Amino acid sequence: MIQRVLFILIISTNIVFASSITVCTDCKYRNIKDALSASQQNDTIFVQKGIYREYNILVDKSVTIIGVNRPVIDGENKGEIIKIIADGVTLDGLFIKNVGRSYTQDNAAIRVTESSSFVLQNLILENLFFGIYIEKSHHGKILNNEIKGNAVEEYNSGNGIQLWYSESIEIKNNSISKVRDGIYLEFATNCTISNNVSFKNIRYGLHFMFSNNDTYQNNTFDNNGAGVAVMFSKEILMRKNKFINNWGAASYGLLLKEINDSEITENLFQRNTIGINIEGSNRVTYQGNDFISNGWAVKSRGACYTNRFLNNNFVQNSFDLSYNSKLNDNLFENNYWSEYTGYDLDKDGTGDIPYRPVKLFTYITNRTPEAIIMLRSLFIDIINFSEKVSPIFTPENLEDINPRMKMIRHD
Amino acid sequence: MFKILKYSFYDLIRSRWSYVYLLFYLLLGFALLFLNENISKAVITMMNVITILVPLIGTIFGVMYFYNSKEFTELLLALPIPRSSIFLGQYFGVAISLSLSLIIGLGVPFLCYGLFQSDSMVDFLLLLSTGTMLTFIFTAIAFLIGLSNENKIKGFGYAILFWLFMAVIYDGIFLISLIIFEEYPLDNLSLFATLFNPIDLSRVLILLKLDIAALLGYTGAVFQKFFGNISGLFVSFFTLLLWIIVPLFLMKRKAGKKDF
Repeated sequence: MIQRVLFILIISTNIVFASSITVCTDCKYRNIKDALSASQQNDTIFVQKGIYREYNILVDKSVTIIGVNRPVIDGENKGEIIKIIADGVTLDGLFIKNVGRSYTQDNAAIRVTESSSFVLQNLILENLFFGIYIEKSHHGKILNNEIKGNAVEEYNSGNGIQLWYSESIEIKNNSISKVRDGIYLEFATNCTISNNVSFKNIRYGLHFMFSNNDTYQNNTFDNNGAGVAVMFSKEILMRKNKFINNWGAASYGLLLKEINDSEITENLFQRNTIGINIEGSNRVTYQGNDFISNGWAVKSRGACYTNRFLNNNFVQNSFDLSYNSKLNDNLFENNYWSEYTGYDLDKDGTGDIPYRPVKLFTYITNRTPEAIIMLRSLFIDIINFSEKVSPIFTPENLEDINPRMKMIRHD
Repeated sequence: MFKILKYSFYDLIRSRWSYVYLLFYLLLGFALLFLNENISKAVITMMNVITILVPLIGTIFGVMYFYNSKEFTELLLALPIPRSSIFLGQYFGVAISLSLSLIIGLGVPFLCYGLFQSDSMVDFLLLLSTGTMLTFIFTAIAFLIGLSNENKIKGFGYAILFWLFMAVIYDGIFLISLIIFEEYPLDNLSLFATLFNPIDLSRVLILLKLDIAALLGYTGAVFQKFFGNISGLFVSFFTLLLWIIVPLFLMKRKAGKKDF
């Protein structure tokens, strides 16, 4: 009983001592640094509207910093702007701009180091080098932010949101544009990335490296240098994302390199030069995706085993599947292929003759890339047809035994 | 020459085959756009048709017209008219009437489906101009073949063979040489190989204008660099023009020497 009373007392004293501090241009505290040094644990700092020319702001207590009417923190291109090294910090409603560009340091608008339970929300970041940089932290939230870079070249630009050696971070409802990589994860596990829009980035919309057990869903990756790259990771769940307009000589919607035991479901790949570029990925399930108007819907570059393609729509792609070996260990079943010319006599909704997604021309262009110049030539149509009738060069067992007759509607 | 041109042209305009040809393009255009209202997609499909069918029709029609009007030609030869103007007049009559069928037959459906509102205007114009070029080229060659062969059957055979060579066999040889020499840099070879076949050249010109260009990767970049700028376009149209001028020149020489 006494223990309980004591506990309540301690809690209530904590609440009593947590006070609020206001920063404005004519208050007692005229800049955020002063307010921070005067603050206690669990205080709330309200930053009023105005322009605060500050950089290297160190947040070393668990405080909540709330911007009222969107105050501007201008780093004046001098260096890093906010660095958080305490647990339980919240940043809300700030406009942060002009991060110093450096070739030796990864300056960020907001850096979170070895902290947990942070919340970064409703922020606008502009003219930045790195946007939000999370290192060795866990259980944080990055919500509703708008990150607008002005990157032109890869070598002198930074990433929008970067996670490094972090765990259980939630990234949701952010809009990221014109940076190098929209979102970059390196050694980040158990993270959820959802409902973000990442567009017009110089390199990738989203980039995974050595990050396992992550989920990303309902994101849109539009018009990035090369779409999304997922590399050297396993158990990644990719659901309901849109990969669109990644169009260019070396572009793709999604790149999978050394990805194992993952799931790619109900995504849309539209108007990409290559929808999915797969290299060395095993035991991945592709289910219910739409591949529409891509150059290559799926380009398999080898060392891909026991993957399953089920219930996908392949509609009006120049090539449905490119495959560079004669050996096939992947399963294609119940997909809809718009180029399928078979018939369905027993009216069960699936075609009676199998569909072979790899054409002879695909095989030739794999061997001699220059041959692509013969695309849409009558000669190519003729040899494709003869290969379709009796496959010699393309893997014989690579076929969809039950191709759908009608496009699959996903709701 | 213009009198003969006018005569041939009106003769063809009144003939059933011109209407069939025109009607074919009208139907094709309307059917395509009815099934798929995306104009740039329709342009791609049209390209497939144009690069194969236009040369075929041009060759067959040219040879057919040449042999059919042989008696009339012989009559004209008896009159004091320069030989070159007789044949050139007939040639232009055929080529212009075929091109007109193509332009009207494709132009009307595309105009009905809002060509001016779409951003494929340039692509479509390129499609029509290469189509017209191909008509002129293959009709010229058909006339040359007709002039060189008294035997109708032989003439037809050669004409069809020429079309088959340009449309199919050339690409086959091209592809095989690409595969045989795959160890070597092939960009310039493929560039030249396409430049010397009017069908391939038209196909590549249209392909590069449409955004399939990105598919072509590195090779595409080389081609884009060559054909993408004004001088490349100029070179390719000049080559196409050469394909008209050289057969016409040969035809003129042949007509001058030939003993009718």
